[in-house]
Amino acid sequence: MPHEDHFAAAAPDGRALRIGIGGPVGSGKTALVAALCRSLGGELRLGVVTNDIYTEEDAEFLRRAGVLDDDRIVAVQTGCCPHTAIRDDISANLEAVEDLEARHRPLDLVLLESGGDNLTATFSRGLVDRQVFVIDVAGGDKVPRKGGPGVTSADLLVVNKTDLAPMVGADLGVMERDAVARRGTGPVLFSSLVHDPGASGAADWVRAELAAWRDRA
Amino acid sequence: MTQLAALLLADGRFPAGGHAHSGGLEEAVTTGRVHDVESLGSFVGGRLATAGRVAAGLAAVACAGRWPVDALDAEAGARMASPAVRAASLRQGRQLLRAAAHAWPIRPVTVHHSVAVGLVAAAAGLGAVDAARWAAYDAVMAPATAAVRLLGLDPFEVAARVAALGPAIDEVAAEAAAFAAGDAPVEDLPAHAAPWLDLGAEVHALREVRLFAS
Repeated sequence: MPHEDHFAAAAPDGRALRIGIGGPVGSGKTALVAALCRSLGGELRLGVVTNDIYTEEDAEFLRRAGVLDDDRIVAVQTGCCPHTAIRDDISANLEAVEDLEARHRPLDLVLLESGGDNLTATFSRGLVDRQVFVIDVAGGDKVPRKGGPGVTSADLLVVNKTDLAPMVGADLGVMERDAVARRGTGPVLFSSLVHDPGASGAADWVRAELAAWRDRA
Repeated sequence: MTQLAALLLADGRFPAGGHAHSGGLEEAVTTGRVHDVESLGSFVGGRLATAGRVAAGLAAVACAGRWPVDALDAEAGARMASPAVRAASLRQGRQLLRAAAHAWPIRPVTVHHSVAVGLVAAAAGLGAVDAARWAAYDAVMAPATAAVRLLGLDPFEVAARVAALGPAIDEVAAEAAAFAAGDAPVEDLPAHAAPWLDLGAEVHALREVRLFAS
């Protein structure tokens, strides 16, 4: 057979940790991915999969940012349904991750960025090992209270663009209180990539999750 | 179980990656060739008569299992002039086998979609005519679903159009099953092509703005 076959083994042995980054349009998912690549690129072998809605805008942004080699960034088309591609029918994204791993084996970490969607869009556990949900203060300080699977069940909630809070009249105290009410002990991180371009808090969280995942595997 | 398999596999909710493919419809919409239910009807009718008929034939013979898979896969590849179409077909074939391997005893390999349809149908206990009907239905339903999303067409009207194709799909499936039961060489399988679909697929693959993978 002339075609290339590289189905991943069923067991997680040796494969990279897969972290999904989801959240509404414009909340700063791509910027967070770029920041994580900047922070972690020196210590971890990385790959990125983007799920752009229309174009390769996000993949292009990351390529232009120069945070990773071009061929470590793969874009997936989602046929009008960004949530389907990360939750109900994950095959295209699984293939993209496996292609990356086959090309650059071994990788430590693959970040999968979802297309901008709504508050109900979460990743399938068949696709990612951990997931981060990114919202921003400019989307309104009511978002944590509105809840939804992204806010309540993501392994990490990032409240982004805190530097804009005074300008949009967002009350960070309210956002924190509501987020804690929705998430219990689940971690919440307030972040401003203007003040912290390396997203140091999120990067530390990724390091800790990677260590825990490796211990378990 | 067998009849359930036929429903499950043809269901667009079966997670085999189909939702990201429009069967050339997105390019047809971009260039204005398909813009309403009427023009969609022409498009899917044409697709059934070409790509659908070819896929049904290959699916039926792959399901019958009397020919080497390599040979059928080569025949499938030879029937797709566009490299973009071949790449999309291999990707969908691989994704289908990946999903099906969780449910039925079948090894996930990379073969063209039509061949994968036949192999999965056989593993699920279905017959050649079921495999062919599924392939033909898929050739129609992929663009029909994409048209609802891209053009906002009335989903009831679109569903009615697909339903009306029932006899035509049955005919394609019966013809494919008859071929699979006969002793003609596989080279004689249907080899219809739609040049505009092939050219459109190449243009589509290079477009900066697109929602579908093919």
